Amino acid sequence: MKLAYWMYAGPAHIGTLRVASSFKNVHAIMHAPLGDDYFNVMRSMLERERNFTPVTTSVVDRNVLARGSQEKVVDNITRKDGEEHPDLIVLTPTCTSSILQEDLQNFVDRAQLDSQCDVMLADVNHYRVNELQAGDRTLQQIIEYYIKKARKQGDLDTTKTEQPSVNILGVSTLGFHNRHDCTELKRLMADLGITVNTVIPEGATVEQLKTLPKAWFNLVPYREMGPMAAQYLEAEFGTPSVDITPMGVVDTARCIRAIQGILNAQGADVDYEDFIENQTLHVSQAAWFSRSIDCQNLTGKKAVVFGDNTHAAAMTKILVREMGIHVVLAGTYCKYDADWFRQEVSEYCDEVLISEDHGEIGDAIARIEPSAIFGTQMERHVGKRLNIPCGVIAAPIHIQDFPIGYRPFLGYEGTNQIADLVYNSFTLGMEDHLLEIFGGHDTKEVITKGISADSDLNWTKEAKTELNKVPGFVRGKVKRNTEKFARDRNISQISLEVMYAAKESVGA
Amino acid sequence: MTVAQDQPNALNFECETGNYHTFCPISCVSWLYQKIEDSFFLVIGTKTCGYFLQNAMGVMIFAEPRYAMAELEEADISAQLNDYEELKRLCEQIKRDRNPSVIVWIGTCTTEIIKMDMEGIAPKLEAEIGIPIVVARANGLDYAFTQGEDTVLAAMAQRCPTAAQVKSEDKEDRNAIAKLLNFGRQKEEVTQTDSEYADHPPLVLFGSLPDPVVTNLTLELKKQGVQVSGWLPAKRYTELPVIEEGYYTCGVNPFLSRTATTLMRRRKTKLIGAPFPIGPDGTRAWIEKICSVFNIEPQGLEEREAKIWASLEDYLELVRGKSVFFMGDNLLEVSLARFLIRCGMTCPEIGIPYMDKRYQKAELDFLIQTCSEMGVPMPRIVEKPDNYNQLQRINDLQPDLVITGMAHANPLEARGINTKWSVEFTFAQIHGFTNARDILELATRPLRRNNNLKDLGWNKLVKETV
Repeated sequence: MKLAYWMYAGPAHIGTLRVASSFKNVHAIMHAPLGDDYFNVMRSMLERERNFTPVTTSVVDRNVLARGSQEKVVDNITRKDGEEHPDLIVLTPTCTSSILQEDLQNFVDRAQLDSQCDVMLADVNHYRVNELQAGDRTLQQIIEYYIKKARKQGDLDTTKTEQPSVNILGVSTLGFHNRHDCTELKRLMADLGITVNTVIPEGATVEQLKTLPKAWFNLVPYREMGPMAAQYLEAEFGTPSVDITPMGVVDTARCIRAIQGILNAQGADVDYEDFIENQTLHVSQAAWFSRSIDCQNLTGKKAVVFGDNTHAAAMTKILVREMGIHVVLAGTYCKYDADWFRQEVSEYCDEVLISEDHGEIGDAIARIEPSAIFGTQMERHVGKRLNIPCGVIAAPIHIQDFPIGYRPFLGYEGTNQIADLVYNSFTLGMEDHLLEIFGGHDTKEVITKGISADSDLNWTKEAKTELNKVPGFVRGKVKRNTEKFARDRNISQISLEVMYAAKESVGA
Repeated sequence: MTVAQDQPNALNFECETGNYHTFCPISCVSWLYQKIEDSFFLVIGTKTCGYFLQNAMGVMIFAEPRYAMAELEEADISAQLNDYEELKRLCEQIKRDRNPSVIVWIGTCTTEIIKMDMEGIAPKLEAEIGIPIVVARANGLDYAFTQGEDTVLAAMAQRCPTAAQVKSEDKEDRNAIAKLLNFGRQKEEVTQTDSEYADHPPLVLFGSLPDPVVTNLTLELKKQGVQVSGWLPAKRYTELPVIEEGYYTCGVNPFLSRTATTLMRRRKTKLIGAPFPIGPDGTRAWIEKICSVFNIEPQGLEEREAKIWASLEDYLELVRGKSVFFMGDNLLEVSLARFLIRCGMTCPEIGIPYMDKRYQKAELDFLIQTCSEMGVPMPRIVEKPDNYNQLQRINDLQPDLVITGMAHANPLEARGINTKWSVEFTFAQIHGFTNARDILELATRPLRRNNNLKDLGWNKLVKETV
């Protein structure tokens, strides 16, 4: 047993449902107790989905516990088949049904006999994988199912398209800014003269899956969803894949060069260097931004990055390589894929933190006292308590992270969005200086909000007034440093003299 | 339907497949930990439970809540780890970090299936660590949403002290600080002899309500000379009310049937079956029923109710003649429907997860009476509804307002149907005379909003499917 208040990645069935409900006309039936269909609420609220989420529950209740599901699951599958005529029904086990150990595959086989649609069982173990791993696995499983089916029926067309073409794998519902990223990637492909063969799973039909082998290569923008599918397609059809996330100016260029290499190896003879140069220097504003005097003010500022593998790794590299920011700590909650993360970021940051415990990250942030945090909603709240600004770069996310406006993180427009996010997260440079010169405009009483800040020390009136003159965003830090200084020297009263002595000794 | 028309004075009960959307009953920790200030709720379950809580409770999770998950791992499921030792380790940690006056264990589906003997472990561990442990099995196998509170309060009802226990505790002076703050129980005993109250046997009310509502309802009864001896739950676990054989009890919420049963059978109290104090009509009927049991002639209630109705007129104009459809997920449906019918609405269907016809008898009778007085057809009451079928009926009926969960709200709005998210009724203050306005504020919000937008021609925002 583990005492837990918060988790970064959801349970396995969430991953399966995200994949299933991303497809068009695919229905998922959860084998779960009442109340486990919370996924529908999340999709309806966060994505502001206009349609009913194609997920229903075959309810596990007391009777099921006593006598087994018997006909219930089969009936529910055939009923849904009749009501909605989906192409595919995915029977989704949950943590509850995992321990019941009913033969769900048998239900699937029986339901298949009476159903027009295809029926399959999601193959995920609830106690071993999380949302992200399960999503990756389910996507691969569905693709494999339809490739095999097409093969059996003899209508699998493996001839490549005439023009270079791509499958974009891993774009899904409830993914962080996935919809915008998808639009941006399609635009990028169009600019490169590459036809988009399919986008899987978001908005795809299962019918499209048999055309997957026709693409020249697969693009896997996210580390968390799609790699398994890409590996399967590579093993079956030799389709190469590009798994460099095109996030940030440098990595977008790397991604495009990798595409160029793959296409030329298949005889396309393309040269994207001019395109990359033109985009980098003149279309995307990010390269110019990092050269501009605004960004100079960010040089050497401290930041902490935490999130999923894809976004935390890419963000770390952007901050360090493209903006000259000092990333003290980069971390991920994707424990199962920690080696990859370490390899990606270790040369860019002082510390790497692999943890699923939000308390550990919160403490690290309190200790480091960065000027800005780039993390999930959890880190945003830590930032609020410590008075440190935070840009949200990864799930878990709230409704405000599903913006209506166009906000990709990938591609060249993505670089612009990230530049804005970074710049707005740090307190604006000039404002910084002005506040220091004029002693700050904030005359509010000091409120200690720090996680690690105790206030057992007395501040004289003068020292307090002086502290109030310190700009708000560094005040907490000055206060803590001064108190630490005083405590180390057994000083119980903090006067102006103590304050300045502290400032001289620690540079508070 | 035809049956209902043949017998205009009978309600039509149906039961569907139980395939509906509702919150898991473990959600009760979110309001109970706030209500019972010295408690700690430990939900013994899986990642699924934790994920639900952290998403459903939104930002509350960040306020260092006094609840946590005991997350079961594979070794717990396969009994490679010892439940007792594991729970002991976690509870000691909780004691160290938070020092609560009670730890409430919330059992989940998983603990049911692996048959974890929580009721057996709790007393032993309680003796060992010195903190009371209350066990409530609020799982999705058996219960829906608000019924979670019912399971917790039923377990708490067993922990309410008797008068003798309180006296011996007073000698030990265990709650010295609490008493300093609350001026002790002695003070209450003084007020009891006060002549403003009629002479009646002790009355204990049950149901968790926000403190302002507790004060409000207590004062309403005081006006009639009825004294409330205690509430289950109280603000603190250490202040649970004294319950003796022969005491009277009355519920304030429609989903508390197990608590009522426990109070009657295990604590030998007498249950006052009354409609629930939701809406001015319900509040008046609730007070009248309590008064009638104690042979008190209620004073000035009719005028009070009329005054409240008059103050609601601006809202009533909006709802009069409109229809409301309850999909059903929190068991408040019958009381809310009865109030909205009194407001002048019609109600074709009341979906409800579970219908205890005995505990809700007075409320159901009141619904029948309200329907006949208002001259509207009796609603059909659909227990364990089937959301898919309900959506077909909503499509046919095109009601003016659908009260539903969030899973269906946006899709219905996109199809031009006004919706109100039902969970808000659980968290808003809806009890008593003064809060009637809040119910209508919630119920009319979609109507008012859509009045503002009505000329824009944006009602249906989905493409017709092929």
